Amino acid sequence: MPTLVVLFLVAGWPLLRTLWFSFTDTSLSDLKGGQFVGVDNFFYLFEDSTWRQSFKNTVIFAAISVSLETIFGLIIALVLNAHFKGRGWLRTAVLIPWAIPTIISAKMWGWILHDVYGVLNEILIFCHIIKEPLAWTASPKLAMVSVVLVDVWKTTPFMALLLLAGLQLLPQECFEAARVDGIHPLRVFWRVTLPLLKPAITVAVIFRSLDALRIFDLIYVLTSGSVETVSMSVYARQQLFDFQSVGIGSAAATLLFFIISLATLGFLMTGGLKQDK
Amino acid sequence: MRSKFYTPFLYLLSALIIIVCVFPFYWAIVSSLKTGSDLFKVEFWPAHLTFSNFIEIFKEQPFGHNILNSVFVAVGTVSISLMLAITASYALGRVRFRGRSALLLSILSISMFPQVAILSGMFELIRTLGLYNNLLGLIFSYMTFTLPFTTWILTTFMKQLPKEIEEAAIIDGASTLTICTKIFLPLLWPALVTTGLLAFIAAWNEFLYALTLTVESQSRTIPVAIALMTGASEFELPWGKIMAASVVVTLPLIVLVLIFQRRIVSGLTAGAVKG
Repeated sequence: MPTLVVLFLVAGWPLLRTLWFSFTDTSLSDLKGGQFVGVDNFFYLFEDSTWRQSFKNTVIFAAISVSLETIFGLIIALVLNAHFKGRGWLRTAVLIPWAIPTIISAKMWGWILHDVYGVLNEILIFCHIIKEPLAWTASPKLAMVSVVLVDVWKTTPFMALLLLAGLQLLPQECFEAARVDGIHPLRVFWRVTLPLLKPAITVAVIFRSLDALRIFDLIYVLTSGSVETVSMSVYARQQLFDFQSVGIGSAAATLLFFIISLATLGFLMTGGLKQDK
Repeated sequence: MRSKFYTPFLYLLSALIIIVCVFPFYWAIVSSLKTGSDLFKVEFWPAHLTFSNFIEIFKEQPFGHNILNSVFVAVGTVSISLMLAITASYALGRVRFRGRSALLLSILSISMFPQVAILSGMFELIRTLGLYNNLLGLIFSYMTFTLPFTTWILTTFMKQLPKEIEEAAIIDGASTLTICTKIFLPLLWPALVTTGLLAFIAAWNEFLYALTLTVESQSRTIPVAIALMTGASEFELPWGKIMAASVVVTLPLIVLVLIFQRRIVSGLTAGAVKG
């Protein structure tokens, strides 16, 4: 099959080369001249405070943003699933953040969050929520908040669509029975909708978590990869191209690859166990 | 619907969601129509409309060139990956062989692994092939993420087609190639549009490879061009122009999405939920 050959060529081979590079001291200017150095690069990473920071950042980012996206996505999916006039408008509006390229949404939000001229500061001051403008993307405390905010804005629609598809597959009989019995809608939600929707939620959360763990472009553009927000992908690319050290960069990339593989396995195991019950 | 309190609440919530979704894009449009010191005033509709930002991005920057680059790369990626994915999905969706589901799973897993994990290997490969700073190199590298998911989605669609049609064709003596082109292709047409559109958007939006594998501003794609756009001095970003460029690039994408929204929703969910 030609597809398999192409896939091996474009994905398999570079992956193997990256793996090899991670055990060498190759530099960017001389790709052929690397010497085998064993696991030195990995020890370097574990001792580098920036890498540890990037690990922490990525995990925190993924956990917070995926949880928020699940909650908001579920709310939007429930609203979209209700029958009312103008539902089409809502679905159209929800697709807009999804369609906007990540780089562009990062730039748009960069402008909205601008510390001096940004409209968000203006609105918050007008509503007396804050007293003076905040440096959303530049200050160490708020930079991560901004990244999470933009990511949630950008990817909640995707989550909502996945959950909506799950909602529409649910058997209608259960809801009719609940309505006939006169059970309160909130109780129906907790006791009927949520348990039935669990498989769909699991799949959506897995997809989004794996995606969030490899985040690169948003952080690269919004906060220029500052130490407070640096993710594992951003760190690896910095090592590779800004510091020209292909060995360490490849080691960081390989490590990320293994972390994501482990996460996938973990998700599959827990997800599979739950389905057996 | 259910109670008198419920319906207004639903509308209020919908309005809130719509505002949050649309406002950033609206704000980008408003900002792109302002220049000079007007840009730094907060007004929800510009007092002095001007299109100078739009004119300048095409005159001062190679932005027209960047758009052509993006179109070329995205169209190339979509056509090649669709061609390959059709043959692959035929085999995966129709022909029974051992290890089929394992193969399908490993193809899917390629689309989930981090792009940065193959970045240095890809860089070396592109260098060796002499495709560095070349748009063909970008198309080549984009196969890593478009090929797995086009194959995956098309396989799901392929499995849904009734088997009887294929059997009838075999009895009538049609060859595998004829079955593929004369029977499956017309039936798969909607699926191809959906998958192609998703692949197009993915290729159009890609940033990491485009940033790494091109150097000259002439050969950049749009996301890289916008991300690296600078003004007169290094510390003064030309926000008006950046917003103008963002609007130019996003508008056709949004129109596309609005036209095909039903198809996109079905494609996204076919790839994920049924998997």
